[in-house]
Amino acid sequence: MIDYLALYDKMRDNNIMLTFKGEVSFELINSVLKIMEERLDLVETSKKTRKKVYNVLVECLQNVCNHLETGEYSTENNLNKNALLIIESDKDNYHVVTGNHVAKSKVDMLKARIDEVNASDKEHLRDLYKKILDNGVFSEKGGGGLGFIDIARKSGQKLIYHFTNVDQEVVFFTLQIDIPRTEND
Amino acid sequence: MEKLYIDAKNNIPLIDFDPSSGIMLLKGRSTPENSVEFYDPINKWVLDYIQSPSNETIVKIQFEYFNTSSSKCILDLLKKFADIHKKGGNLKIEWYYEEDDEDMKEAAEDYSDIVKVPFEIIEIPEE
Repeated sequence: MIDYLALYDKMRDNNIMLTFKGEVSFELINSVLKIMEERLDLVETSKKTRKKVYNVLVECLQNVCNHLETGEYSTENNLNKNALLIIESDKDNYHVVTGNHVAKSKVDMLKARIDEVNASDKEHLRDLYKKILDNGVFSEKGGGGLGFIDIARKSGQKLIYHFTNVDQEVVFFTLQIDIPRTEND
Repeated sequence: MEKLYIDAKNNIPLIDFDPSSGIMLLKGRSTPENSVEFYDPINKWVLDYIQSPSNETIVKIQFEYFNTSSSKCILDLLKKFADIHKKGGNLKIEWYYEEDDEDMKEAAEDYSDIVKVPFEIIEIPEE
């Protein structure tokens, strides 16, 4: 039996604004975004920060959704469209965390892309973004390789990630994005 | 040629393209599920328009935000408009960003670097 009060307290203490675990779809993501937009309006006085957080959320959540729907990071048997989403805040930052299953065979590629983004300074990120933007390669729904770069540029922070073993073929990939709260305007 | 008008909705921007005045307005949020699908008919319209554009074409962009899925489509669209300039026609691109929105200002600069036609990047008060 879960101690629900303890869970409530823990979530309150960690300032968890929203959590979701389940199958994601475009509509579901829209609902999450709508809730977050309203919550941000209530708790965040800086319009600049609200916009940044929202921007990162749109990109991050749509990314998870797209990749789960196309199955490009899944194994053949595992078209698991379930994801974990957590959004929390503290005095200095908002934290957006996503978690989903990914095929072990895709880990190296994912890791390489995020490492490249993390190793790049602001100027280099901008150049990288422009290069990929202009390369004429469209993925199924449009973006084609810009997601992590965009998130890193907007948050101004390193992307934090973990791969946790699930079984022989699958790992659980979590991505954490921190968005600093700017001064009140 | 007919006007192209698409009402803004939760995930798609207002598209108001007028072939006689030459004013092409894109305004709002561009976060559709499938950008390629959304921008395809718009691209087709523009390809048609540039065959005989108005005396002056002014593309007015005022996005609140757009996802990366849209970004390539938007670039593609701007490049098509840019053909007017290449052929010696009159084209202006005006990109509006809300005051303090550094991200959108940077985006305008990025696009301006790539598209290589006269871009006016204009700050406007928050709506």
